[in-house]
Amino acid sequence: MTLKTLTKPWEPMSYGFLDGSAKREIRRKMIKAIAVPGCQMPYASREVPMARGWGTGGLQVSLTLVNPSMRVKVIDQGADDSVNAASIRRFIARVAGTPTTMDTLDADLIQSRHRIPEEVLREDQVLVLQVPNPEPLRPVQPNMSIARQMHADADYGRMWLQLYEQIVRSGRVMQGASYPSLVHGRHVMTPSPIPRWDVPKLHMAKHLTILSAGREKRIFAVPPFTRVEPLVFSDVPYRVEEHAELTCHRSGTRGFFMNEIPQDNGTSTFEVSDSEWGVKSIRRRDGEDVALGETWYKNGKMSS
Amino acid sequence: MTLTLDAPRIVTTHPLLQVRNVSKSYGSVKALRDVSALAYPGEVLGIVGESGSGKSTLLRMMNLEETPNTGSYTLDLPDVSGNLFDLDRFARRMLCATRIGIVYQNPHLGLLMKHSSSGNVAERLLVAGERSFAVLRAKATAALEASEFPLDRLDAPPIELSGGMQQRVQLAKAIALEPALLLLDEPTTGLDVSVQALVLDTLKRLQQERRITMVIVSHDLGVIKTLADRVMVMRGGAVVEAGLADQIFQDPQHAYTQQLVHAKL
Repeated sequence: MTLKTLTKPWEPMSYGFLDGSAKREIRRKMIKAIAVPGCQMPYASREVPMARGWGTGGLQVSLTLVNPSMRVKVIDQGADDSVNAASIRRFIARVAGTPTTMDTLDADLIQSRHRIPEEVLREDQVLVLQVPNPEPLRPVQPNMSIARQMHADADYGRMWLQLYEQIVRSGRVMQGASYPSLVHGRHVMTPSPIPRWDVPKLHMAKHLTILSAGREKRIFAVPPFTRVEPLVFSDVPYRVEEHAELTCHRSGTRGFFMNEIPQDNGTSTFEVSDSEWGVKSIRRRDGEDVALGETWYKNGKMSS
Repeated sequence: MTLTLDAPRIVTTHPLLQVRNVSKSYGSVKALRDVSALAYPGEVLGIVGESGSGKSTLLRMMNLEETPNTGSYTLDLPDVSGNLFDLDRFARRMLCATRIGIVYQNPHLGLLMKHSSSGNVAERLLVAGERSFAVLRAKATAALEASEFPLDRLDAPPIELSGGMQQRVQLAKAIALEPALLLLDEPTTGLDVSVQALVLDTLKRLQQERRITMVIVSHDLGVIKTLADRVMVMRGGAVVEAGLADQIFQDPQHAYTQQLVHAKL
């Protein structure tokens, strides 16, 4: 017996960049997070070759889940072609040898910053959301020890108080992104800074959503077919952004979440935020045989 | 027979609040020594004593913020039984949020200073499970109105209000859920005399209208005399004398009580 027979050959890095023990820990924390929907699980967030706050939490989850047959899609605020999304996609492909895609329908694993694609995700797809601040109670309780007690007691009155104050001061709920939502009737979570438009997509969704904050070292999850209910008063209904009547000036699609592009003359034009949906719509308009999936919103209304 | 405002307040032989043989030490300092207290439904128990006599510690225990080394605490309320010091943290929080109101000497302890005044009152209703904005608004307004808070300042944050106004917001928050027990920790300390009188008038009116059992802690004998039906005199963590207010003020037995009464009158 020699030392050589007892040790593995030297490798420059593990498959998928993270070492086995890191992946094992993240997998265990993901299972815990799935078992208690919406509850934040602490984990030892590892160093990855990217600055904290740029999606390191999402990247660690993606690197843990990925296998050579998985098709990976990465989006940043709806766009596949932004610098951050392109860099993360290339990094995952390089360290895991996975095929990549921009088409939501083709993807097995979707890592996203601040958006959920417009096409309905399936049971066999996993959505990984990058989360900058996982603690919904932070704005109302800066002491995290007390915040954890509040979660344990389901003491969320102050979250409603925040909404009450917004209505009193502004006449309406002003919370835009990161709308606090009650998961499975128990834990309030921040669904990462996705717009209000996207929150209903998590409710009773077929796909698994894993949310991970690398800087804050927390993982939480929304398992398939789980209730996700935005916090609302019984007499003040939840409202999404008023984008139903807007038309994308590039693709001509209408009834989806749009990016506003201010013009020199003071007006604005709009383009669809889900860039691949816009590209596919243009290609189809031009006569290509492109598959468009079923969408969460139909004619600007969330389909039940 | 109709009950008038001037009728005797004690209408039952069962005390609402009973604290028995409570002792509390902080290291070598004995804050409370075998203290017992009781208050009957609808009456006001006044606790008077010098600074450091243990009266605020006792009040914090009645609000279940502290646990004594020995002793028990019971409230004669439906679905509340046993020694309340044995309740877990969650049960204590729910009991205090729904059945006990408190007004602190320092409004910073009882109020969210940057939220609106109505929001401060609404917070208490939210903890109890109210989820209708219109109902929250209406009940918060009603509680503030009952506390004689000017309704044109309804949405002003307490940080922009005077001390007297802040105490009224605390009072509105405390009574918003019609508590069985209202605890008042030096509610008029630091206020000027005219504002003190207004706050005391409000307390007296609320007590008469709603028959809330109150425990008021003060080092000011005048405040106790104005409000209390029953008085406890504390010194060095122990009760030196207790009895009906008239008895204590007209015929004090203990030398310390005599000193207090004569110093005031």
